[in-house]
Amino acid sequence: MHICRKEHAVVVQGITGKQGTFWTERMQDYGTNVIGGVNPKKAGTQHCRVPVYGSVVDAAKESLIDATVMFIPPLGVKAATLDAIEAGTKLIVCLTEHVPVQDVMYFMAAAREADVTIIGPNTAGTVTVGECFLGFMPAFNARIFRPGNVGVISRSGSLATLMCQNITDTGLGIRAFLGIGGDPIIGTTTLEALRALDNFEGVEAVAMVGEIGGAMEEEAAEYAETMLKPVVAFIAGGAAPEGKKMGHAGAIVMGDKGSYASKKLALESVGVNVLDTPMQVGEALRKRLAPKVA
Amino acid sequence: MNFEEYAAKPILAEVGIGVPKSILCMTPEAVARAAEEIGACVIKAQVPTGKRGKAGGIQLADSANQAKAHAENIIGMEINDYVVEKVLVEAQSTIIREFYAAILNNPVTKGPVVMFSTEGGMDIEEIAASRPEKLKQASIDVRYGLSLEQARGLVANLELSGANDAIADILIKLYEVYIQNDAELLEVNPLILSGSGALEALDCKFVLDDSAIKRQPDLVAKGTPDKLTELEQLGQQHGIKYIELDGDVVVLANGAGLTMTTMDVVRHYGGKPANFCEIGGEAYTKGKAALEMVLAKPGIKSVVVNFCGAFARCDVMMGGLLEAWVSLKPEIPIFFSIAGTGDKEAIIMLKETLNLDPLPNMDAACKAAVLAAEAGEL
Repeated sequence: MHICRKEHAVVVQGITGKQGTFWTERMQDYGTNVIGGVNPKKAGTQHCRVPVYGSVVDAAKESLIDATVMFIPPLGVKAATLDAIEAGTKLIVCLTEHVPVQDVMYFMAAAREADVTIIGPNTAGTVTVGECFLGFMPAFNARIFRPGNVGVISRSGSLATLMCQNITDTGLGIRAFLGIGGDPIIGTTTLEALRALDNFEGVEAVAMVGEIGGAMEEEAAEYAETMLKPVVAFIAGGAAPEGKKMGHAGAIVMGDKGSYASKKLALESVGVNVLDTPMQVGEALRKRLAPKVA
Repeated sequence: MNFEEYAAKPILAEVGIGVPKSILCMTPEAVARAAEEIGACVIKAQVPTGKRGKAGGIQLADSANQAKAHAENIIGMEINDYVVEKVLVEAQSTIIREFYAAILNNPVTKGPVVMFSTEGGMDIEEIAASRPEKLKQASIDVRYGLSLEQARGLVANLELSGANDAIADILIKLYEVYIQNDAELLEVNPLILSGSGALEALDCKFVLDDSAIKRQPDLVAKGTPDKLTELEQLGQQHGIKYIELDGDVVVLANGAGLTMTTMDVVRHYGGKPANFCEIGGEAYTKGKAALEMVLAKPGIKSVVVNFCGAFARCDVMMGGLLEAWVSLKPEIPIFFSIAGTGDKEAIIMLKETLNLDPLPNMDAACKAAVLAAEAGEL
């Protein structure tokens, strides 16, 4: 998968809407290289100091595009994603919640064929600390995202915010955050995000925020076993009753499948610390990162 | 959204998949009349849950009187917490062979998978565990769909009493139903080969993708709404995700992950969450309705509010919450943890309105709420 860097040219799909505008301004202030936006009805105008195009394909006629981030309603996401893939984008961040699953599977198949990384749907986005961010994370808040050497993966944006703040409070800092999304079918899995952070320059340890449902944490545990960098984890939903979707469409336990116990066991058996509360994550990382005294 | 057998089978019939003749009934008298019309029949409890047969919710009847007697037992029966209100009176079929067929979304391949087994009538988990060699699967690229060659290939090497091509044809039709109706699961179990040589769907499970509800308005009317408590229904009307639980510590937070975690931490400190209630995403302006709702549950002893603003601004959520608090004036201890977008403003509002300070972090707030709930019990 691809992680966004400050030199990457970014197009904001749905730039002219209220949220698109609000977060584009913040992304620009932070350093994201936003080179344009898309709204078919406002093509040819300027918004947030950049040109508005009718499509990503149109934008690609004028410059190379590395990534797009979209503020698009659920039923428009399929077309928007296919547009970005056709334009030759390598990374697409899909923030939207409630995208029909068959639409997701459709653009996922097209993305795989074109070797495009999709992050999401239903994510708060990604932050490459000190460089750029895509989505709606409070990257600009120094109490939450101080530069450092921890990589953070999360299915939930709000929980990740809390976790990053805890890491920062402990005296450590964040190198990159990858919000992968709370849907059952997502473009970048925990495993893929873990592998990307393991190979990303400046990441010395990884904090993984999982949640009940699916088998992504179990899958990631197999990879964590091969890593030299320490990994700590928190899994949300241990107190959730079986058979209920806990806010996220993917957060549901059916029988033994997706249970807290299964994830905790898989991770602990390969040496990942699974913590009882997110407030213990920073301290656990600090201990694992401390130079070992002979 | 789940569709019960009586609602799912007509969807199959629309594309030409055979289903036995049936009549939906609400009373034993109606069942007797239906049995009169149909002849030898099966009385089947209609509830959105499995294991109906084991619970005694499926009975054979050869006469109208017998059908009525079974209906008297089945209507009102409880199966997995669902009270039976409807039964399907269905013509009996002669079963020569029982098969299993399904299409569902696979998070690993990120596409649909078509499954077929010669071992119909069993749970698919059971087949997969005990006779995996009997379960044939094919991953589908949803852009191109299931081709006739693929469907034929899937069942090519199976002994199917000569019905291989007919079954491949059924799989194609099932795929059509799956795509047209935004299914996340479509399962026919059993698919039978009847005495007359025809293939019939004897039972069908259909689950609509909740995210596709908006573009399937006609379908939604036929589905079974989730079983919700009064407060949960209220939450749905307000567009707030609220799940009622059996504890006494009220949990209010933004974001699904953060809300689940707040519940976990309450439990970690020995408390029992009274609910899951989250006002993240687009719902962050609904603090007022959310607080009114969580406080309406009887028996609650304390409240923990955990805001961590990103997209959802703490000051906006706090504004709504305080508005409700000031008008309700509840006498219940409340504890806050506040961080992220809009936190400074939210903290000032809290101080000015309730003369309260937030606790330093979520663990402290959850712990305080648990202690307050315990003190309230003494």
